Amino acid sequence: MGLISRRSCFLNGAYGLQFMESTFTSTGTFINHSLEWFGDLGSFSWKVIRAAVTKPFEFRELIRQLDEIGSKSLPLVALAGAAVGAVLALESRSSLVRFGAKSMLPSAIVFSIIHEMGPVITGLVVSGRVGAGIGAELGSMKVTEQIDAIEASAVNPYKLLAVTRILACILVLPLLTLVADFSGVLAGWVATTLADPISFHRFLTKGFSGASFSDFLAPTFRTCVFGLIIGVVSCFQGMRTQGGTEGVGRSATSSVVLSSLFVILADVILVKLILIFFP
Amino acid sequence: MMPMSHTVTVPNSTNLPPAIIPGEPMLVIRDLHKSFGEQHVLNGINLTVARGETLTVLGRSGMGKSVLLKLIIGLENPDTGSISIHGQEIAGLGLDGMNLLRIKMGFLFQHAALYDSLTVAQNVSFPLERHTQMSESERGDRVKELLTSVGMEHDLEKMPSDISGGMQKRVGLARALALQPELLLLDEPTAGLDPITSGEIDDLILKLQKEHSLTSIVITHDLQSAKTIADRIALLEEGKVAMEGSFEDLAQSKNAFVHEFFKRDS
Repeated sequence: MGLISRRSCFLNGAYGLQFMESTFTSTGTFINHSLEWFGDLGSFSWKVIRAAVTKPFEFRELIRQLDEIGSKSLPLVALAGAAVGAVLALESRSSLVRFGAKSMLPSAIVFSIIHEMGPVITGLVVSGRVGAGIGAELGSMKVTEQIDAIEASAVNPYKLLAVTRILACILVLPLLTLVADFSGVLAGWVATTLADPISFHRFLTKGFSGASFSDFLAPTFRTCVFGLIIGVVSCFQGMRTQGGTEGVGRSATSSVVLSSLFVILADVILVKLILIFFP
Repeated sequence: MMPMSHTVTVPNSTNLPPAIIPGEPMLVIRDLHKSFGEQHVLNGINLTVARGETLTVLGRSGMGKSVLLKLIIGLENPDTGSISIHGQEIAGLGLDGMNLLRIKMGFLFQHAALYDSLTVAQNVSFPLERHTQMSESERGDRVKELLTSVGMEHDLEKMPSDISGGMQKRVGLARALALQPELLLLDEPTAGLDPITSGEIDDLILKLQKEHSLTSIVITHDLQSAKTIADRIALLEEGKVAMEGSFEDLAQSKNAFVHEFFKRDS
């Protein structure tokens, strides 16, 4: 019995050592890969910045991307904003009624949407739709040597493909956020008025009472940072694709996952900064 | 076919290649090495290509033939060694200088690498839009002229996905010729094509070489194609040039690898 227990103890010890070793190895590999990824991202960003400030500018491609990223994301963003507005109205109503603060409902909806829900929902919806699209498109171009063909034609692919998409993301996100905000407030009013009729004008007046311009400006323009993140991460993941169609799939997925993750992290940091600078 | 003259825009740079010197070799490669991780692909390549010459590079798969072309056009950087085009060492060139050289080169990729979101005509027009001062109608005429020269004049508005592999190669060739290059780099122009289409592509390359007095480097596995289009053949083995010479020189060689390579195909 004692022998068995000593043996199992020895085996457990050996297993424990092996487990610790493999854990350290995999942690080391993860750190190595992460550092390599950030290093490559830095190098990519430098090439993009250099391409962005040198002539000629690819205005035609920028306009195409504004349409592709902006106009075509509009219905989805409006729908997502409306859904959030309606749910917010339905959920908030019961809580506010319980605390006898029903009159605060318009303000609660408007402030929640403009401050947080509108920008974040827009960032996440765009990172899903546009991030996957850019990752897959550029990934496919990379594995079929189209990006090499652009470079061989003496055209800077960072300027033509990356700068235009990143700029379009930066410019379009605040505009899409306005759409999400508007449709969210509208749907919030519809949901509110179905339970307790109130005119749209009165809803807006109550909702925006006490709001200043900075309440609206800073949260909306923080989506420029979301656009930068979505554009840079998706273009980077797309342009470093390796491994055929499987690689294209991986790039599309990683573009969405990483850009969504960084949008959420940036949101936390930016909310804190906004609270500091616009108390 | 009379090529239409056009002005090529020159990037601003203080590091531009010098003017072309007559009689000088078009391309000189000295002791070129390239590795990917642990894999040594090129182990000291030495090659010289004269102006107007067609050099065909043969070799087994994975011997770095395509990498050699990508090094010449600057899509990859060599580990060591030198590549000199028009007497200008490309290692010292900045992006603008390299782009100026690229304008003088045409590259046909192994799978054509046509831009799949653009039509056939837009693909050929792409380099013209960016590097010439042509008006839209002049560009349209030039695109038609180029596509006619490769027998694709009836497919201007088709998308690359709607045409066959052989047709894609033809369009790729037209795109490579758009800026009237002095050095044409063709990466397996007949790979994956049936013998009849391969023969047509070979005839087309010969015709274009004669019309434009082009210097060409052609990568191929196809000995028949090499025999048809090459002035000289270089056979790669283990990342080095195993033998250089005419098709007949190589076919009669006693070198075991060269003999095996030629015997296998015949």
